Amino acid sequence: MLEAIKFYQTGSNTIGNRLLNPSMRTIQASVDRPNSLTSGHRACQGCGEALGARYALDAAMRATGGQLMVVNATGCLEVFSTPYPESAWRLPWMHSLFGNAAAVGSGLAAAAQIRAQKSGDKVAPRVIAMGGDGGTTDIGMGCLSGMFDRNDDVLYICFDNEAYMNTGVQRSSATPPSARTATTMPIGEHPGADWGKGKDVPLIAMAHGIPYVATATVADLRDLEAKVTKAMSFHGARYIQVLVPCPLGWGTASNVTVTVARLAMETGFYPVYEAEYGKVTSVRKIRSKQPVTNYLKLQRRYAHLLKKNADPNVVARLQAMCDQNIKDFGLLGDEEPEETPTAIVAYERSQAV
Amino acid sequence: MLQIRLHGRGGQGAVTTAEMLSLSAFLEGHFAQAFPSFGSERTGAPVVAYARIDDKEVRTHEPIQEPDVVLVQDRTLLSVVDVFGGLNPQGYAIINTAEKPEDVVPELCAKLPKGHVLTVPATDFAVKAMKMNKPGAPMLASLAAATDVLKLESVQKSFQTRYPGKVGDANAEAAALAYNYLKDKMKEGK
Amino acid sequence: MTEQIEGSLGVAKAVALCHPGVVCAYPISPQTHIVENLGKFVKSGALKNCDYLNVESEFAAISVSIGSSAGGLRTYTATASQGLLFMTEGVYNAAGLGLPIVMTVASRAIGGPINIWNDHSDSLSQRDSGWLQLFCESNQDALDTHIMAFKIAETVGLPVMVCMDGFVLTHAFERLELPTQEQVDSFLPEFEPKEYLTPKEPISIGSMVGPEAFTEVRFLQQRKMAKALKVIEDVTAEYRKITGHHSGGLLDCYRCDDAELKLIIMGSTVGTAKDEVDRLREQGVKVGIISLKSFRPFPYEAMRKAIGDCKKVVCVERAFSFGARGIICPEVKRAMEGTGCDVKTAIAGLGGRAIYGTTINGIVRAAFEGKFKDEMTWFDVNSNVLNSYTKDVEGVTFPEGPLSDSQLHASVK
Repeated sequence: MLEAIKFYQTGSNTIGNRLLNPSMRTIQASVDRPNSLTSGHRACQGCGEALGARYALDAAMRATGGQLMVVNATGCLEVFSTPYPESAWRLPWMHSLFGNAAAVGSGLAAAAQIRAQKSGDKVAPRVIAMGGDGGTTDIGMGCLSGMFDRNDDVLYICFDNEAYMNTGVQRSSATPPSARTATTMPIGEHPGADWGKGKDVPLIAMAHGIPYVATATVADLRDLEAKVTKAMSFHGARYIQVLVPCPLGWGTASNVTVTVARLAMETGFYPVYEAEYGKVTSVRKIRSKQPVTNYLKLQRRYAHLLKKNADPNVVARLQAMCDQNIKDFGLLGDEEPEETPTAIVAYERSQAV
Repeated sequence: MLQIRLHGRGGQGAVTTAEMLSLSAFLEGHFAQAFPSFGSERTGAPVVAYARIDDKEVRTHEPIQEPDVVLVQDRTLLSVVDVFGGLNPQGYAIINTAEKPEDVVPELCAKLPKGHVLTVPATDFAVKAMKMNKPGAPMLASLAAATDVLKLESVQKSFQTRYPGKVGDANAEAAALAYNYLKDKMKEGK
Repeated sequence: MTEQIEGSLGVAKAVALCHPGVVCAYPISPQTHIVENLGKFVKSGALKNCDYLNVESEFAAISVSIGSSAGGLRTYTATASQGLLFMTEGVYNAAGLGLPIVMTVASRAIGGPINIWNDHSDSLSQRDSGWLQLFCESNQDALDTHIMAFKIAETVGLPVMVCMDGFVLTHAFERLELPTQEQVDSFLPEFEPKEYLTPKEPISIGSMVGPEAFTEVRFLQQRKMAKALKVIEDVTAEYRKITGHHSGGLLDCYRCDDAELKLIIMGSTVGTAKDEVDRLREQGVKVGIISLKSFRPFPYEAMRKAIGDCKKVVCVERAFSFGARGIICPEVKRAMEGTGCDVKTAIAGLGGRAIYGTTINGIVRAAFEGKFKDEMTWFDVNSNVLNSYTKDVEGVTFPEGPLSDSQLHASVK
């Protein structure tokens, strides 16, 4: 049985895709993929956001039959994709301000609906608004919450790289505790970002009772595609938050973007789940549970935690945070192969050398 | 141009009364203007509203400092606000009370021409007809009875236009009660 | 149809006649009655094919408007005072994106101290935002200007702010004549955006522009403003012809022929001043009024023509620039450069202080008596209120009556 075989690499035209039946294959494996965010843009090497945006928008393009328009908050994604006079967007795209993408999305969705109504079209184009975590969880929070409140027909995607990368890596309300940013330097008694601060926007989104909320990471792109596709099957306000590692801001090698995102899931650091109308409906189980240090040690933003003279209690607290996530969301699956992934082994070897 | 100042308390509909006054005048083919004194008035607080009636376009937007008519919708304001400030010496004052003018505002009665200070139990008529303390319609009807500025019918029609159905009709009834009351009083006076 | 209605209802009816596709607003006095009425029209079905959005802030109101306008719909919103400031980022953005949004500003002072009454400090704070700013002297003017604003905005490709005095106009019940639907339809055709966001023809709007082209983008934006001068005149002429209403325009002169003094006024004060000018004319005082309708674009040429040979001009201003002087006056001076025309500012009517006919009378008399020595004078300032503070705290007292700029400066020496 095909289903019994577990291949995780389904994002490309690899063996996994060839073994899947066509309906289950990833959109990127198709020669007629929409290329919503096409090549030639100016993102950094290993940019998680570019990867996430490409997969998410192509999935939405397919789900809507190309009837899609996008509003982009100010941020890296907007800057690297549209240096005047070029544009990497192969779909209707607009950028207005940093904090208003959700509201512009509401207006655009209303316009699409009314225009369709007036011209007698049965189907109105759908709208995605998107931004980074700063544009979403901080400056865009009012507009986002308003869009949720009105249940406007907009899917909001937050590409969460846990800080203001476009302005030079400053702390946002999505920055995890103890992480180094330009405004939470690893100095003083409590190095890195403060504990007890920050907000969990997926849970806040759920509290609005909107039809669909999900989290995802760029380590599981098939899952991201599926969630975006599912989100487009709902009308009303929807929210997807995608963890998109930023090599520059996190201090990761540009070739470990996917690995580090996977470790965020496998440690329980970033719970990946879906919720409908305020209730969690499915959880992406951990396949190979990892200690949080395996996640931390790939990132220079946590380097101060793993130094010889570092306070071991901080790592213990982060581990406890992961454990709590695992407990709260029921992240542990049936199988628990406690072995170190190849990528970690390779990383450790390279560090030893 | 005839300038009217209305004094009431928040919740009694003084602003609406001014609006209805302007509508009544409009219905009779005049140019008219009504506007409230702008503030963050809360229920019970003193409220002022203004109205102007003219036979040509009303262009000015200044508040009325020298009214020809003062309508006092709540007699408790008499001791609180200088409601008759700037009143034209030939003008009119109408006060919502069952008491006689000479007992309520003797000084004003002495200043204005005879019969220019009138009292009318507008609240009683309003409560009788509408079960509410909205003395606007009876107050305007009193103005109609006391002067030739408005007809009772246009006062009634203004409320019926603005509040079609029961509420408008009840206002019209309250207006008629006040109108007839004053007309009878004026006959007695003669 | 002639009706005796509140200014806000008149504006709401005028906007409804223009069939906007999206109306969106956040409550702030004194704009609320306009959007409440529009909400009623949409909900009752009287205004069809229109979405009414209750948003969570003015920032969202302008943002939703940006989205719906970029999505190809005729879009309307309204605000005032703090609300206008709260949406400022979007105000500039809408102009930069060239979106023909029409927005009412029910002009009101800006805090702090918080003040809900009328002056022009809110709208004039946005004079550099790239919006057209049209001021209205009466509710009839406001009603008509809104209908014209859609046509002007859509012809020029820029957003238009229709500034009507808060409370004084918005809450006043006056006789208003609404054009018929047929008249409006013949004047204002269905909105056909030249460019809008649609999957049929994907475009990118609002991309980043660097030093290599930013100046040119701004030049072209300024060019639209230049174009707007003619468009406002043409649209006004067309509208007047259809309706017979004498509204709109770049500016409007009242009893200006042979006037030895011309007052330049924006907004509802014009009506009050007209009555006073009539009285003064009866006494043989040669004074006229230039009602300035279009503050942005500023009609320099039309202003120069309107002032003509008159050598004495006073701008009655309901806002000023901190650390500088009046806001209208320097524009008029630019218009009159080299003519030797004496242009002054009389500040009056801040934060709802009523401008009476007597105020206008005082300004005219002071002007003829040569009492305006400085460029700017605080005309209706109350020295008792000032002294109640400065006398005890600083030992400074101000004399009664208008205070000139130099008196203010001398008081800190």
